[in-house]
Amino acid sequence: MTPAMFNNDTTMTAAEIKEELLKKYPPKVARKRAKQIMINEALENETPEITANVRTIPGIITMRGCTYAGCKGVIMGPTRDIVNITHGPIGCGFYSWLTRRNQTDAYAPDAANYMTYCFSTDMQDKDIIFGGEKKLEAAIQEAYDLFHPKGICVFATCPVGLIGDDIHAVAAKMKAKFGDCNVFAFSCEGYKGVSQSAGHHIANNQVFKHLVGLDDQGKPGKYRINLLGEYNIGGDGFEIDRILNKCGVTNIATFSGNSTYDQFASSHTADLNAVMCHRSINYVADMLETKYGIPWVKVNFIGANAAAKSLRKIASYFGDQELIDRVEEVIAEEMPAVRAVAEEVRPRTEGKTAMLFVGGSRAHHYQELFKELGMKTISAGYEFAHRDDYEGRQVIPELKVDADSRNIEELEVSPDERLFRPRKSQEELRALESSGLKFKDYDGLIPDMERGAVVIDDLNQYEAEKLVELLKPDIFCAGIKEKFSIQKLGVPMKQLHSYDSGGPYAGFRGAINFYREIDRLVNSRVWGYLKAPWQENPELSATYVWE
Amino acid sequence: MLLRHTPDNLVERGALTINPAKTCQPIGAMYAALGVHGCLPHSHGSQGCCAYHRSTLTRHYKEPISAGTSSFTEGASVFGGQANLLQAIDNIFTVYEPEVIAVHTTCLSETIGDDLPQILDKADKDGKIPKGKHVIYANTPSYVGSHVTGFSNMVKGMARVAVSTGHKNGKVNIIPGWVEPADMEEIKRLAAMVGVDIIMFPDTSGVLNGPLSGEYKMFPEGGVTIKQLREAGDSIGTLALGEWCSADGARFLDTTLKVPCRVLDMPFGLRATDRFVDALRIVAGRSVPEEVAHERGQLVDMISDMHQYFYHKKVALAGDPDQLIAMTEFLTSIDMWPTHIVSGTPGKAFEARIRELTAGLPYAVNVKCDQTADMFLLHQWIKNDPVDLLMGNTYLKHIARDEDIPLVRWGFPILDRVGHQYFPTVGYKGGLRLLEKILSALLDRKDRDDQEHAFELVL
Ligand code: SF4
Ligand code: SF4
Repeated sequence: MTPAMFNNDTTMTAAEIKEELLKKYPPKVARKRAKQIMINEALENETPEITANVRTIPGIITMRGCTYAGCKGVIMGPTRDIVNITHGPIGCGFYSWLTRRNQTDAYAPDAANYMTYCFSTDMQDKDIIFGGEKKLEAAIQEAYDLFHPKGICVFATCPVGLIGDDIHAVAAKMKAKFGDCNVFAFSCEGYKGVSQSAGHHIANNQVFKHLVGLDDQGKPGKYRINLLGEYNIGGDGFEIDRILNKCGVTNIATFSGNSTYDQFASSHTADLNAVMCHRSINYVADMLETKYGIPWVKVNFIGANAAAKSLRKIASYFGDQELIDRVEEVIAEEMPAVRAVAEEVRPRTEGKTAMLFVGGSRAHHYQELFKELGMKTISAGYEFAHRDDYEGRQVIPELKVDADSRNIEELEVSPDERLFRPRKSQEELRALESSGLKFKDYDGLIPDMERGAVVIDDLNQYEAEKLVELLKPDIFCAGIKEKFSIQKLGVPMKQLHSYDSGGPYAGFRGAINFYREIDRLVNSRVWGYLKAPWQENPELSATYVWE
Repeated sequence: MLLRHTPDNLVERGALTINPAKTCQPIGAMYAALGVHGCLPHSHGSQGCCAYHRSTLTRHYKEPISAGTSSFTEGASVFGGQANLLQAIDNIFTVYEPEVIAVHTTCLSETIGDDLPQILDKADKDGKIPKGKHVIYANTPSYVGSHVTGFSNMVKGMARVAVSTGHKNGKVNIIPGWVEPADMEEIKRLAAMVGVDIIMFPDTSGVLNGPLSGEYKMFPEGGVTIKQLREAGDSIGTLALGEWCSADGARFLDTTLKVPCRVLDMPFGLRATDRFVDALRIVAGRSVPEEVAHERGQLVDMISDMHQYFYHKKVALAGDPDQLIAMTEFLTSIDMWPTHIVSGTPGKAFEARIRELTAGLPYAVNVKCDQTADMFLLHQWIKNDPVDLLMGNTYLKHIARDEDIPLVRWGFPILDRVGHQYFPTVGYKGGLRLLEKILSALLDRKDRDDQEHAFELVL
């Protein structure tokens, strides 16, 4: 039997916990959920299999969002100088208006920044009945006349797909008409795919098809990389850029935090791709490698040690002693401040437990930060990951292509005749690999988690509440929808999608911010006020003197 | 500048909405449904809408918002969502055990034409609705109206529960409209003071302003019960507060069950509250107690004391029609000047009503309530004719900062402030609070801007 690895006062084993979570479900639901709840055995040579990226069960209150949210919200949302028009009724555009806390810095006062704007065709019933293409065309024209942006992107919402508006044709027509404005569209209707992950894929494909490779004029620099899967929530991207700059590494393009049209267009000029969020973008890294010859490595800037490790990884790829030394200098310079805060906080966080149920990579990355605080992650899982995010990339070839995945276009990519340029020779790559640098590699979450931890895919509200009741973690991390029900149970909840109000948490300064934030959350006095004195001691054992 | 691309010169737009002053129907239906006791709202469509609606309501109310979804994928979108909904109803009653499920559609299920009454009928026949449990519903296509329409449609869904036994129960139905939990509580308090026995629906007080106690209740104590909703058919009459949010439900009771109704303005500010209290008194045949007159007098007192700071100050507003109408009346009644008003919620009567309320002013207000009546337009109007104060939801904060105008947050959604769940802005007490907010905004601004020699210690 799996040993209990939870809190001191929990006597339940992981298996019993799993049973408890499933007990109330109708049999069909229980069978399905059982495959998505896994007790981590962390076996030496094989990782247990988990079911992921499958449909949400109707009626089960899910944490997931939709394809449109992944496409417009996550991937294109942080791009500042593209006018993003939602084609559909007003809601979708409204809800994705500034709600993800993507920060941007438009530098010059006259630089384009459309992130504070919400553009929508606000379809009305006559557009649904007679088709919305005319209105879309007019909306694109109006946006062009008003702003003259470099790019206009169009996003389809549920009804658009159903009524069959050809948004791509409209976009192509307008692009040809304008000549100086790149217009393209995304078929990211909410019902496509089983989660927002499908939307990431659709967004990335279109950016790759319509934008990457258009501008050969990248930024100058000796060590030039792209950062993939970093969305600058709460300013994370700023902190990573600060560190890279300090090391002398040039970031050509971030996909897509604080990003611009030109950055995407010239991203093919980089010499290395560093992948942060594996889920949202791993296929782009592959495509950039195949088409332009840029190798990729997985990095993680969440956690001070992880950030240091990632910097060393980047340095060892370029292999120049100058960079290697500079990276060590930077780490040496940054770490004392981080350690000082960690030491200050640790006595108050050591031994505490956390649960993390977030998007595609954060449920993994943030475990590093908790480790640095001496905290244990007793349960974790993703909202919309695929099996490779849990088990590592070696499972990719065996992933089943089901009807839902078939909806999402897979781009056929081949080396670009003009632009393909291997960044390293085969020998160089082999040498790097034998020195320990792994390319195209990601082991996933499971091997990093402790034996006996409970890994759950697509956690829902019912299970979340049960888990918290049974295991009473000291902190729970998820999204806004989960925040208050968890806190009602007396457990502090930190949003890891949009960070509540804080950040940055990436890099060295981010680690300091996070240590302080977690200290505050798990040690706030408020959690001691849940019961009034008369509720804690209801029996009347004595009377006041004046009686 | 946050909105650096907004030009001064007005351009006609016919197709592009920029920074909308409305959102879509289902979120209104979801909010209304939370005002039914033991109710789990259910969104019949793909799960993204539900996630968005829950997130936005959570951010506004700072409370857990639970709701189910039919989780459509491509298959359901093509073949119809009946199977998903049946399965969802079954799962929901088994796992969460609500008293009521309130189903609303999204633009997806509306576009494919799912027939809710038919599916729910089937659910009932198939035994998927346990004995003693209920399913109510509303059609809420997002390409018609706005979140306000969705609210109104779900209210009508509640009214459908009412039955008439032929015996009047002496109660008065009150449909409060889309106001805060604290406002609903205040309306109940006022009615109790006048001594009127009421049935209020929806009622989110006690549901969306709950305590932190270490216990999570998916279904808190508050909310109108199904029993009360049934009884609403025997009430002596209905007061519907707000034409857009509440009138449909009230008229439905009137035409189907002969429960007469009066449609009033939402009781924001002095005059609308006066009419509300007066109507309560008349329908229930009560006299208004001294305490109510006392509260009223306090509000009049504050208006007279602070008049110099309000007098002829210009205000720009964005929001929902029922709120805007009442607020416009309140502002003009204290001699402020509502100058620019937008509402994304359409409705022919809106503009006329605002014109009527502002007829005595020495200028014509800018007022618009259609698709391009958005915050972009409002901003352009402000650039051309600046104002002293902004009132509306959180999304006005960018304009407030760019143009350096104080903002009173009011309406939906308020994502960046608290208090709206707990302190009412309706009724006389609410009027005091509104004035306090307006005054603080104007005076903070004055304290910041006054030259040193003119910097005042006393009001
Ligand atoms: S798809 Fe329709 S119902 Fe859903 S969020 Fe968008 S507008 Fe609202
Ligand atoms: S961690 Fe999740 S929410 Fe965040 S970008 Fe990655 S996939 Fe998206």
